[in-house]
Amino acid sequence: MLFTSYGFILFIAVLGVLYYVIPGKAQWILLLAASYLFYAIAGPVFVPYLLAVTLIVYFAARIIGRKLNEQNAYLKEHKEELSKEARKEYKAAEKKKRMTFQIIAVVLCVLILAVVKLSAVLSAVWQAKQLSFLSIAMPLGISFYTLQALSYLFDVSRGTIEAEKNIFKFALFVSFFPQLVQGPISRYKDLSATLYTPHPFNKQAVAFGLQRILWGFFKKLVIADRILPAVQTIYSDLNSYTGAYAFFGMLFYTIQLYADFTGGIDITIGIAEMLGIKVQENFNLPYFSTSLKVYWRRWHISMCSWFRDYVFYPLSSSKGMQKFTKFSKNHFGKRFGKRLPVYISSFVVWLLTGLWHGAGATFVVWGLFNWFVLMASEELEPLYERFHKRFAFSEKLPYRIFQILRTFGLICALNLFDVCKSVGETFRAFGSIFTFSNWKQAFSGGLLNLGIGLSDYLVLTAGVVILFLVSLYKNKKGDPRISLTERIRPEKYAVWLILFLIVLIFGTYGIGYDSSQFIYNQF
Amino acid sequence: MEELLEILEGLHPDVDFEHETALIEGGVLDSFDIVTLISEISETFDVTISAEYILPENFNSAQALYALIQKLEEE
Repeated sequence: MLFTSYGFILFIAVLGVLYYVIPGKAQWILLLAASYLFYAIAGPVFVPYLLAVTLIVYFAARIIGRKLNEQNAYLKEHKEELSKEARKEYKAAEKKKRMTFQIIAVVLCVLILAVVKLSAVLSAVWQAKQLSFLSIAMPLGISFYTLQALSYLFDVSRGTIEAEKNIFKFALFVSFFPQLVQGPISRYKDLSATLYTPHPFNKQAVAFGLQRILWGFFKKLVIADRILPAVQTIYSDLNSYTGAYAFFGMLFYTIQLYADFTGGIDITIGIAEMLGIKVQENFNLPYFSTSLKVYWRRWHISMCSWFRDYVFYPLSSSKGMQKFTKFSKNHFGKRFGKRLPVYISSFVVWLLTGLWHGAGATFVVWGLFNWFVLMASEELEPLYERFHKRFAFSEKLPYRIFQILRTFGLICALNLFDVCKSVGETFRAFGSIFTFSNWKQAFSGGLLNLGIGLSDYLVLTAGVVILFLVSLYKNKKGDPRISLTERIRPEKYAVWLILFLIVLIFGTYGIGYDSSQFIYNQF
Repeated sequence: MEELLEILEGLHPDVDFEHETALIEGGVLDSFDIVTLISEISETFDVTISAEYILPENFNSAQALYALIQKLEEE
């Protein structure tokens, strides 16, 4: 059930009414039922995966949490008798026991994820050999809820949160339907603060939620789905669509990806807001970034912070890595030696980030390219600093615009790995932009033969301009919804009415409307 | 505290670490800085800051970080 389908709108309307009619204490139970119903409608065969991850993590966390509490109680009770060394030894032994349960749970969850991801890659091969019975359907959102469940397990293990005793409450944390299929990957500490508490009807929260949903619909239906046919046409035949077409394919996909993914997250956050639940933001104007490093702090924030907190930090702060740092400093000089272990940890993070997106070679190479650019920028940092000190214009607006465009260009190029079928095809498509001159042909009608016509280009241009202006406003003055509430009635209602009409008139509907999946649903 | 301030100033000479209280939230220290900092602290103070202690509240100011080092030294 797609977020933008009529069925889902009906689902939300019924849920919204029921949610505010029933007693506040029962609201979270209704959400749990709705979440499982949502997932079962998406595919009954997917439910066992969700249940398996929930049960594995719940029981492992309960055991780890209990053992941690027992350890703390013991240390408190024997505070005077135990020497510093004995305390350290006892803690290390206890940690080892807890780690056993953690490792078992992580291995099981990652194994499930790896099997379904690998199956997605191998299914094409199997199908070619008529072994379709071997194919496993990729459970919707499994990459998201597995990471979310694991973050809870790690937090319990670190002692930053208490293990949830109520299995149904934990099941809701993992399955909360608005974020189940494409994130954000919430942390238990953040989401649980509003997920289980009663929420009386709040007119303002519901209005804000609906406005955010409408904005998400605008991005998805007016921009992402309208540009989709051109993206599909170009990437279905990159041997024919080279040069200028490869360039526009790259640009169109980058626009589509942004509108699709951020639109989906707008709908997620909007639904949660309507229900009085706070879900963390996943984007912070990523295409306004002045470097790739800044971009990765603003794009898919919850995924990036997950890999930072649960892979990068543990790996780079581990005892083994600390020892390697000493070795590295002695052998490679102070500056590079200090940074080498960080680069190695970062390499692992980007390799895993690539694999998380898909087990295919394109995603792995995409991850490693990101890593390479980030590390190269890090090494060139002293050079940049000298440049900025030497030339005053580097602080001026035109230079910042240049930096933003440069970063945007880089992101467009990296996104090619997402849509091309192989690494070779990605390089060929990118190379053709510089070697194949068919720009004249593209502008003399070629661009109108990509499955979208002149009217589509006009709607898209207007849509992207609106998106850009709203982003600019948000960057300067904050949430436009808040500014609008301060306006007089006809004005604020007119804005939302116009947006509603734009979605209604210029949104992409019709036959096959349900077929345009959100891009991130497949991860 | 002096030694810690020296390490911090080595990372970003232009920052007033004595008074800055939003090193993480203000974006002064990024994840690379934090890892470099952990390794320097490990060498200077002989304490290991494991991942569970890498929280914004422990790294937002030099004072908070020093308090963490003292806590780990006592453990």
